[in-house]
Amino acid sequence: MIGLIGKKLGMTRIFDEKGNMIPVTVIELGPNPITNLRTDETHGYTATCLGFEQKREKLVKRAQKGHYAKLGLPAPRIEREIRDMRLEGKRIGDTLKCSLFSAGDKIKVSGVSKGKGYAGVIRRHHFAGPVGTHGTHEFFRHGGAIGAHTFPGRVWKGLRMAGQMGAEQVTVAGLTVVRVDADANLIMVKGAIPGPAKSIVLVRKS
Amino acid sequence: MNRISNWTQDDLRKDVPTFAPGDTVNVWVRVVEGDKERLQAFQGTVIGRRGGGLDESVTVRKISMGVGVERIFPLQSPTIAKIEVLRRGHVRRAKLTYLRALKGKKARIREKTRTVSSGPASATAKASVSSDSAE
Repeated sequence: MIGLIGKKLGMTRIFDEKGNMIPVTVIELGPNPITNLRTDETHGYTATCLGFEQKREKLVKRAQKGHYAKLGLPAPRIEREIRDMRLEGKRIGDTLKCSLFSAGDKIKVSGVSKGKGYAGVIRRHHFAGPVGTHGTHEFFRHGGAIGAHTFPGRVWKGLRMAGQMGAEQVTVAGLTVVRVDADANLIMVKGAIPGPAKSIVLVRKS
Repeated sequence: MNRISNWTQDDLRKDVPTFAPGDTVNVWVRVVEGDKERLQAFQGTVIGRRGGGLDESVTVRKISMGVGVERIFPLQSPTIAKIEVLRRGHVRRAKLTYLRALKGKKARIREKTRTVSSGPASATAKASVSSDSAE
C-alpha cells in the first residue's frame, strides 16, 4: 500500500466540462522523506516510515538529532509508519512527493475528526428523545431506561450513552484524486475528509 | 486559503463583469433539454454576493407575476453563459434582504449617478478612476 502524510488545507469547488460542480478538498501532500524501513527479516513486518514538515531545532531530542544527522535529514515534525509499503529502489533518506498519485486514483484518507465535546445521546447516537408532553417534566433529552432489574442486575456492555463525540481517528475510503500539482505539493480530492483545516491526514491508495 | 486560491486562479472566469448589490442584471443560463441547449434569461436585482474565487455566488431577486423569485447563481459556473449589467443601483447595504418585505414603489432602488467622476477636485479624481473602471 502506498501512502503519504499531508495536511488538510480546506475545501473549494471546481467545475467539469459539463458544468457540474465538484466539491473538492485541497491537501498539502508531502514532501515526505523516508526516515526508516521496516523489514520482515528484522522487524517481522514490512513498512515505510515517513516524515512530514520540520521540527524546530529546540524541540529535537538529542537522540533524534543523532539519528537524523546520520540520515542527512532535518528532523520531521510528524512521523508515521505506513504498513506494507515498499517502493522499489527507494532508500532511507529519499524523499517521496505527491507525484506518486495521479488524477483518477482511488484513495482513502485518515485523520482525526473534529471534536464535538461531551455530547448527549440525542446528538451522539441520534436517539429520538422522550415525549415532550403528557406530563413530562425535567426529562427532555434523556436516553430512557438503561437496563432491567434483578436480571441481569447490571447494564449491558456497549450500551449507547452520552460521552465524548468526535476527535477520533476516522478513515474515509473510496475518494478520488481530481488534480495533482507536484511542484506545489498539492492534491485535490473529490469530497470531504475528516478533521479541521490544518490537521494532519494520511492519504493511502485503496 | 491562499494556497488554494493560488492553485485555482486559472479556473476563474475572466468574463464576469463588475457589479454590486443593488444593480439590475440579466443572467443568461444554459439550459439543456434533451440533446438541445438554449439560453434562459433571469433578470432582476442583485441582493447579495457571497464567497470568493470559485466559491462565489450571487443572489438575484425579481418579481414574477406578482410573486417574488430569488435565484442563487454560482458565479464561476460554466452554466452561466453571460451576465449583463443593465442598471447601477445606489444602496447602503451589502445584503438587500430588506427588499423581501417591500413591494411596489417602496422596493425601488435609486440609480447610481456619476457624481464622483464629474468632481473637479483632485482628491476625488483618484476615486473616479476606480469607479470608472468599475463601470
